[in-house]
Amino acid sequence: MAYSGKSPWVIHYDGSSCNGCDIEVLATLCPGFDGERFGVVNTGNPKHADIFLVTGSVNEQNIDVVRQIYDQMVEPKVVVACGICACSGGIFHDCYNVIGGVDQAIPVDVYAPGCAVRPETLIDAIVAGVAVLDEKAEKLKSEKKGRA
Amino acid sequence: MDIQGFAIQGFVAVVIGIIAFAVLAPVVGCLLAGVDRVLSARMQGRVGPPLLQPYYDVRKLFEKEGVTVNGVQDAYVICALIFAIIAGGIFFSGGNLLMCVFVITLSSLFFIIAAYSSRSPYAELGAARETLQVMSYEPMVLLFSVAFYMATAALLPFGGWGTFDVSAVFALDAPVIVCIWPVFLGLMFILTIKLRKSPFDLSMSHHAHQEIVRGMTTEMSGSTLGLVEILHWCENVLFLGWIGLFFVWGGPVTLIVGVVAALAAYFLEILIDNNFARVKWQFMLKSAWAVALVAGGINLAVLAFL
Ligand code: SF4
Repeated sequence: MAYSGKSPWVIHYDGSSCNGCDIEVLATLCPGFDGERFGVVNTGNPKHADIFLVTGSVNEQNIDVVRQIYDQMVEPKVVVACGICACSGGIFHDCYNVIGGVDQAIPVDVYAPGCAVRPETLIDAIVAGVAVLDEKAEKLKSEKKGRA
Repeated sequence: MDIQGFAIQGFVAVVIGIIAFAVLAPVVGCLLAGVDRVLSARMQGRVGPPLLQPYYDVRKLFEKEGVTVNGVQDAYVICALIFAIIAGGIFFSGGNLLMCVFVITLSSLFFIIAAYSSRSPYAELGAARETLQVMSYEPMVLLFSVAFYMATAALLPFGGWGTFDVSAVFALDAPVIVCIWPVFLGLMFILTIKLRKSPFDLSMSHHAHQEIVRGMTTEMSGSTLGLVEILHWCENVLFLGWIGLFFVWGGPVTLIVGVVAALAAYFLEILIDNNFARVKWQFMLKSAWAVALVAGGINLAVLAFL
């Protein structure tokens, strides 16, 4: 049995969002929605995080930062694109410096649409992410066994 | 029994204590951590995680891929854990309190070196702060063991000589708190630092919003971080044991009083944790030393001269 899904620690990064989605992400982590019921803990350290919540699109400035954070996270890890900007570039898609959704920089596992994304959608997305996390953890485990 | 027989008996007791502590302390510490998280959540008007959440967290950490900045760091963390378990074993087998205090300090030092060894600026910042924390609480902890010695001298029925042996409490006529209650208050003050609770959680906070990346554990991930969690569980059990020590006397039945007192202290710490924001290190150092000087110093002077 995988325990990863029971303790999804999240890290939040704000790409080029309008901050609407950021406020919603923080609201999701606030006592009102109580993400800790599912074991969600907000960390500031990519090395401790299991789920990467990205808001906003990637642009020429932040694409390296997004990749850096993703690379620092330890497997198994899951990326959730929060808000339509993070999914596809959204309202900013044709800005001169915007590259597009987060999937232009790193592999995304769950897309949470909305402008701004609602906390309910986010909780659903995290729970969906947890399932992916468990899947990846099992895979990692069997790989480890295979090597041994 | 001759002196050698006593020494062997004491050694065997400590070894049994260490093994028992290594098995039981993580279990008890894990449950305490779970209670902490549920209680904190309730204090904030939330439902909170399941009681076994700390256990799930650690199991998850051991499932993670192994990435470590250097192998030395893991070795230091393992040493810190081993010495914490030895310290706990010495204490709970009724061994020498002074020895226990020194060994647990050694454990803290290994943990500090582990953080420094990563060379990450954030971890180094955490390690520097942890060093300040050790500097803040250590005087009070040492005064606590000296006060324990003097209290046993005052309370042991055959009188005259005190002892550092924790097991001596069972021979006392009254719990040591009756003559060293100021030291108890001082120890309660620094317990907040030792348990890494707000307002003194300077070196590594559990709350992302008030921490610089993650303090000391910035470069620790996966199983290393899991070991750190287990280390804290063991430490917490030991420190609460110190609190309980003040309330035990006469016979083993009074252990219940000690346990209740320790749990009450833990509850108080959780309450403090939820009600205070972090302070600057200057305040921590000054206040901890002032408390040690006033509570510990006056108490010891009274015991020595009256
Ligand atoms: S999806 Fe809407 S609210 Fe969210 S960052 Fe984009 S524009 Fe802002």
